[in-house]
Parts: sequence; structure tokens; C-alpha cells
Amino acid sequence: MVFALFVFWPLGRTLYLSVHGNDLFGAPSVYVGAEHYREMLTAEFGKVLATTGLFTLFSVVPAVLGALVVVLLLEARIRGVRVLRTAFALPFAFSVATASVVFAVIYNPAIGVANGLLGSLGIDRVNWLTDPSIALPAVCAATVWMNFGYNVLVLSAGVAAISPEVVEAARLDGATGWRLASRITVPLLSPQLFFLVVVSTIHALQSFGQIHILTKGGPDQATTTLVYSIYEKAFAFGSSDFGSASAQAVVLLVVMLGCTAVQFGILERRVHYR
Amino acid sequence: MKKISLGQVAVYVVLGLAAIPVLFPIYYGFVGAVMGPGDLATYPPALVPHGLHWQNISDVFRSVPLDRFYVNSAIQAGAITLAQIVTSILAAYAFAFLRLPAKAVTFALFLATLMVPWEAIIIPNYLAISGWGLARGGLTYLGLVLPFLASAFGTFLLRQAFLQFPTELRDAAVIDGCGHWRLLWRVIVPLSKPSIAAVGVYVFLSAWNQYFWPLILIRDSEYQTLQIGISQLNDAEVAQPGLVLAGVALSLLPTLAVVLFGQRYIVRGLTAGALR
Repeated sequence: MVFALFVFWPLGRTLYLSVHGNDLFGAPSVYVGAEHYREMLTAEFGKVLATTGLFTLFSVVPAVLGALVVVLLLEARIRGVRVLRTAFALPFAFSVATASVVFAVIYNPAIGVANGLLGSLGIDRVNWLTDPSIALPAVCAATVWMNFGYNVLVLSAGVAAISPEVVEAARLDGATGWRLASRITVPLLSPQLFFLVVVSTIHALQSFGQIHILTKGGPDQATTTLVYSIYEKAFAFGSSDFGSASAQAVVLLVVMLGCTAVQFGILERRVHYR
Repeated sequence: MKKISLGQVAVYVVLGLAAIPVLFPIYYGFVGAVMGPGDLATYPPALVPHGLHWQNISDVFRSVPLDRFYVNSAIQAGAITLAQIVTSILAAYAFAFLRLPAKAVTFALFLATLMVPWEAIIIPNYLAISGWGLARGGLTYLGLVLPFLASAFGTFLLRQAFLQFPTELRDAAVIDGCGHWRLLWRVIVPLSKPSIAAVGVYVFLSAWNQYFWPLILIRDSEYQTLQIGISQLNDAEVAQPGLVLAGVALSLLPTLAVVLFGQRYIVRGLTAGALR
């Protein structure tokens, strides 16, 4: 029932709104067919899609690979592994909002630590969030940090589930270090890696809080992703262009389903389920 | 003393280098919360505080009603968590044990909702909820909770847990004259506590951390949630990072506690989808 009311019905309504015009207050007025979709065939919306793609790529890949390297290194027989693992998982305690606010302080151009560090290295200040070529990487870096703890948690659980006999047998056969990791651990972790790639891609496509807090989609639209664009069209600055926003929401749905389908098609074949 | 090999030294060095960017924002969030303006509002900024400036903690309440936001978030996240646990238990029981017409199709539709991004349906939900007048005054709480009463994720996870019970257990209970209701609450639920805790922790964290929905829905600042409040604090006190970080540190305490003490359940909930 709840789903019918808050998922399926709105889904239909999104489609309905996307083909209707709306008056100044956002109420749907006339049927406009595919006009909202035609509106999207512009360089501006192309840029939104490109930004979304770049943001997704550069927030998912480094966070998954980085966490994989850390989790594999934690498998080396060293002391203090437990403490280190908890430390690497800690970013998970931060919400998107709190993490973004901390990064806003760090990125502050006048008094932030990021520029303080550059200054002590003798490098000029950088306008992290207001320079169009740097803002997107800066937001990506913050997002990688936010997702890092979650990825470490998931991969650690995966490593813990690998049976010690398999690892022991490989060690007896002389596999160590790199060979052990690449031939045994990583293939056995492939279900978790696949899960992380799919889930983080979905998360990245939905990212909103960090963009709203850090850059508000700017500078010059450099960090306006699809979800942020929906927000701007429908809700920001008293704008109530629900028609165009709904059409973009349909695009979001299609992109997300498409990404997931492609990932299942290409990647899942290489996943090794126990 | 045990000898440490060169390889192990290398591992320590790499992990240590990796830990710096991971831990620094956490360190700075908490230490910055007690730094005075002399440490923060200067260039280059200090990394170690010169004296503890506890005043930030009390000053932040003067800038925004953080305590009020706390209560709002607790009501919102608490209600969502409670509601989702109850609906997930009931739905999971139905999907696991009851004979229903078209059960497979219904379940598939249920799971399909996992694939619909919330942002794709947020506009109609917003129009409905605000159209019903649930965006003003005390009704705001209702508007915050209503769209999140049920969870496909929780239902799925609990159904998997319920299906693991041997049928003998159920048969024995039924022979003893146990109806569905009693079977569920007296037998199944007590035996599924770890799975229910996993769902609870997961739901609580995601509800507590919600951003988009409270941002667009809430109009009366009295009913603002903590996450939006922290973001407003950041906008209002750009010149006083100490205050901002004090707010961040205070708002982090509950989730930090949940992560440190509920880690077992988090991992269980998080990986339910990864292991099949």
C-alpha cells in the first residue's frame, strides 16, 4: 500500500508531469508532448550529463580501488590491524551534510587548511570551490572520502568471510604478497567488489547534499549534476518548473537503470560466487 | 623481539600515508570544534590548538537552536525506524509464510522499488505531501515520515532471515495452537533479533542523514532537522569555522556511537546484498 502510494503512483505522475506544461505556480496546465524532452537537446543539458558522468566515474573508481588496496594491505600479518581497520572505516560515521561542512571549512580559500598546506609548500592559493576547473575534482575528492569508510567496511567483511583454509593452502603452495592478493583474495572478493561498484554508482548518480553545501552547482554550472539540475528546476530560487524537472527525473531513472543493467551485463560475468 | 621484515615496514608506511587523508578531516572536525579564532581565522591555519576554546560549544547554540534540531531529528529518524521495522516484519512474514494470490508478482514489484531512485519521484511526492498541508507546523513531522513508512530493503533482508527457519519449528508452533500473530511475535521475531537490529541500524542511519527531502519540505525553521541545520550554520557562520565545526562535532555524536557500538549489525546489513 505505502509503496503504491509513494512509489508507483508518483512514478506515473512523474511521467505525466514530464509531458505537461505548467503555470507560474507549478500546476500542470496543458499537454506539451515531448517538448520538455526536446528542451533537453541543448549543450547546457549535455554538460549536465557530462558532469554527472565525470562525477560518478571519479567518485566511484578511486573510492573502491583505494579501499581495496587498504583492505588488502590490512591482510599483511602486522600488528594493530584491528585499530587501523576501525580508523579507516570511521568516515562512515559522517553524514553527507556533516562531511560536506567539514570539507567546506577545509576548502575555505582564505583560511582553509587545504590552502594552508599549499602555502607551506610555497604554492599559490587555489580557489577550490569557485574555480570552474577545480570545483568538480574537489567535490569528487570529498565524496571519495565520504564513501571510503563504507567501502572498507564492506570489503573487510568480505575478506573475513574467506575461509582461512584456502589462504593457508595458497601460502603452502608458495603464494605470497602480490600473487596471493591477485590470484586468491581479489577473485574471492569479487562479489563484494561488484556490489560496491553497482551500489556506489547508484549513490553517485543520486548525490545531492555535497553539491548543495559545497558549490550549489557552480561555479558556472561546473558541478551541476542531473539530480542537482532537477532540484534547481523544481525547487531552487522559487522556481517551480516541475514539468522540465520531471522530464529530467525520467532521464535520471533511465540512466540509472541503464548503468545498472550494463554493469550486470559486463561485470557480473567476471564475478566469482562461492 | 620479533623481527619486522622490510615488506612489513613498507606496508606500515603505505597504510600510514593512506591514513592521513582519511583521518585528517575527522581530527580537524573535532579539534577545530575547540579552536579559538586565533587558530582558525588566520593564515596559515594552525593544525594543533593553542589552548582549548570550549566557548564554541556554547556559542553555537546562540547561532542556531541545535538542541531543537536534535529533537526534530530524533523524532523524524526514530519514527521512520520504528515504522519501517514494524512494516518490514509484517511484510516479510507475509512474503515468507503466507499463501497469497500472486505472491511472486507482488514480491517482484516490491523489489522493483529498490531500483527507483527517490530523486526521480520526489516531485510528485512533494506536491502530494505539501498539497495535503503536511509541510507546515507540527504536521511537518508527518510529512517527513510518511513517504518512508515501508522499506523494500528491510522487507527483503527479513524475508531472507525468516526463510532460514526450519519448517519443523513452524509446524510445531502451529500444532501447539499458535496462530499467525502469536507465531510471529512470540517465536519468529525473538529469534530474528540480529537481523532486525541490522535493519534498524541501517534505517536509522539513513533516516538521520537524510538531506534532500527535509531540505525541500520543511518551511518552518522550528521543525528543521539537524542535517539541514548544520548546513545553515555553515552558511551563516562562514567567518567563524570554530562555531561551524563545534556544530558538526555535536551532531556527529549519535552516529559515531551507532557506528562504534553497532558495527557488527551495520556490516551485516550492508553486506546482505553482496552475499547471496
